[in-house]
Amino acid sequence: MLLRNVGNEKQQERARLNRMEIIDAKLSRRDLIRYGLLAAGGMLVAKSGLSIRASGAATLVSPRTTPWAEPLPIPQPLQPNTSFDLSKLSAGLNGDSSEAPRASHQLWDYYKPRKFYEIEEKQRTWSFHKDLPTQPIWNFQGDSDDSAHYAEPTLHARYGEPIVVRNKNNLPANHKGYGIPDTSTHLHNAHNASESDGNPSDYYGSGYYKDFHYCNKLANDDPNEALGFLWFHDHRLDYTAQNVYRGLVGTYILYDELDCNDETNVNGFRLPSGEYDVPLVFGDKVFNSNGIAYYDLFALDGIIGDKQTVNGKIQPFFDVKKRRYRLRLLNTGPSRFLSFKFSNNMPFWQISNDGNLLPKPIKRTSINLTVAERVDIIVDFNSATGSDVFLMNVLEHIDGTGPTGKILNPGTPLLKFNLGPTAADGSINPDQIDKLRGLPVMDTVINKTRTWIFNRQNGAWSVNGQLFNRNIVNAKCKLGTAEIWNFENGGGGWSHPIHMHYEEFRILSRNGVAVKPGDVEYARKDVIWLHPGEKVKVYVKFRDFTGKYPLHCHNVVHEDHAMMARYDIVDGPAS
Amino acid sequence: MTMRRRNFLWGSAAVLGGGALGLGGAQVLSSVGSLAAESGDPDGVFPNIVLTSHESRNYRFYDDLIRGKKVIFNFFYSGCGDICPLSTQRLVEVQEMLHGRVGRDLHMYSVTLQPELDTPAVMRGYMETYGVQPGWLFLHASREDIELLRRKMGFVDPDPELDADLESHIGVVKFGNDEIGRWGACPSFADPEEILASILTIDPSPAARS
Ligand SMILES: [Cu+2]
Repeated sequence: MLLRNVGNEKQQERARLNRMEIIDAKLSRRDLIRYGLLAAGGMLVAKSGLSIRASGAATLVSPRTTPWAEPLPIPQPLQPNTSFDLSKLSAGLNGDSSEAPRASHQLWDYYKPRKFYEIEEKQRTWSFHKDLPTQPIWNFQGDSDDSAHYAEPTLHARYGEPIVVRNKNNLPANHKGYGIPDTSTHLHNAHNASESDGNPSDYYGSGYYKDFHYCNKLANDDPNEALGFLWFHDHRLDYTAQNVYRGLVGTYILYDELDCNDETNVNGFRLPSGEYDVPLVFGDKVFNSNGIAYYDLFALDGIIGDKQTVNGKIQPFFDVKKRRYRLRLLNTGPSRFLSFKFSNNMPFWQISNDGNLLPKPIKRTSINLTVAERVDIIVDFNSATGSDVFLMNVLEHIDGTGPTGKILNPGTPLLKFNLGPTAADGSINPDQIDKLRGLPVMDTVINKTRTWIFNRQNGAWSVNGQLFNRNIVNAKCKLGTAEIWNFENGGGGWSHPIHMHYEEFRILSRNGVAVKPGDVEYARKDVIWLHPGEKVKVYVKFRDFTGKYPLHCHNVVHEDHAMMARYDIVDGPAS
Repeated sequence: MTMRRRNFLWGSAAVLGGGALGLGGAQVLSSVGSLAAESGDPDGVFPNIVLTSHESRNYRFYDDLIRGKKVIFNFFYSGCGDICPLSTQRLVEVQEMLHGRVGRDLHMYSVTLQPELDTPAVMRGYMETYGVQPGWLFLHASREDIELLRRKMGFVDPDPELDADLESHIGVVKFGNDEIGRWGACPSFADPEEILASILTIDPSPAARS
């Protein structure tokens, strides 16, 4: 019965020797990687004879839902609490027992809040579709109602108007099932100090609140640095994917004098505004046979669903007028990459990348959107004929590896636009826009060049061969200096949407091919679609605030399994 | 399936294997009908396969090892030269950092990917080599059952070639609390304090504030 043989004893001996070597040499993890002790394979390729069936997780198929049965929910802007006494707020802690710890707000005296908002994170009920049961979700909402009024709330902010958002965690402390009731709300792409960033390791539990200070400050006070379409989501270390899947997602729109939410203002960009400026928040889900959103707790590579939600609804319809709209597209994942086109193949104008207005609109017929990316488009429904047009996802994406690259025909319709009557249009024809937002001038002095390699490591995920440790600073970047970062895909055929917090970057080249004016990536960005085998060179400058920030894969399942690194902005030398 | 059928098979296993049931017993067990396909839990996630520990004791995966418990588990094999030596060392450090909780309110399991080689005696030797403290079970089962368990628990690579290569096996530690249905995972060769921080998230009321 015991199959002990010579080979086995050899293997035993090797394991023992390895162990002794590690102990004797007191090798660090970095050393182990350098010596190849941690590399997968390499010694001998011993085929184990294990079967090559696909993953054991049963492929769940969501119950059927009737398409185009419900209207698209339009997120309503959160209103500030105007009765709150702003003078009660300070840079330091408020001093009550339910406040989560944080560092003092930086630049508080220069950016004293002019508005105060309250958000309550809570379990509420929501219906993803009338054919599925109303079910508990977790969301951000400005009131304490038990039902979600809208799946994705939005916050409208303006440059020059600093705000404080009090985020109260009232999630069920005794929660059962996927998700954890600790949160750290990250405002994605915001130029916010570390203590208000929603760092993954700054989570706090149910019953506590934190005041987030959003300065709405231009980086370097440069108007060309204005941000436009941001989003917030929970970022709790190890549980981001689960908590975001539960619904902790919202949008944040930043206006300024040019992008002013008034299409008739001749001093502004005259982009479609008001009811014609609509966020479309995409999520990917799968539902069990009872119609309840299901999260596979045993997936390490990614979560790919079979129902896409738009603003929280499956295949809703949107009654539009025949005129131009600004649609702000956001992919909240967790893992699916999207590629959009319209069913009639009509062209539209891409006016932003990652929510930042481009130097000039770019006319296109399709758009790629990886997880966490945002793109604003202008669509002229006046150019469509017939009674309806559909927004399609045409990109095949089967598992956490990434999209297959195959373009599906016709693909999956996600949203139906019912074409209504013609309506007055105060916005400008994008073909006539010569210039939107210019790009900031880049520094010629580069303080440091770094390389970040994103790799799979035995089912987990690493950056430069290291697994995330919240207490290890992987890069110290000197305040006020620029760096060149090379993002490299470590291989294995995986695609990674790479995101860095706080500072945006400019993509200089992909695999050595320069990004040129007129390219959609000739823009300020915070997410990179890192295709298999790709090397992407970016420029980034560190300004205004010091503190810790992460960079990570935004396939949130990869992120939760350690594909994250920490960079600190320091008022001292880089290292 | 019904509890009665399970109990019947379980009973016959005890008869077959006696007090110290070895691998042979477990193999006989799972060859009696497609027991492995049975799930122990209502959601069908955890197969109720029979595993044999380094002490030659038998356990049902769900009924005896998971149900209502806080657990930490991974896969290993004693002949692994790349992934397991460091992973096991890390987890031994984590076990120490858990100050005697392992075996009491937290349960640690390491399941071999080479069940034919990792007999209870071999597993005991492996534990001794690494300084594994009491309360942490090393387990084997039939190859088919382990394969099922591995897939159900998501320790798979989507690339079939890599997946079939033992030398590139998944180096992840899974932690969970069946009582509240909370599960997470982290690399088993991460720094011990990070593994510990991750594992402690399965306590129902993690630190109220960071
Ligand atoms: Cu990734």
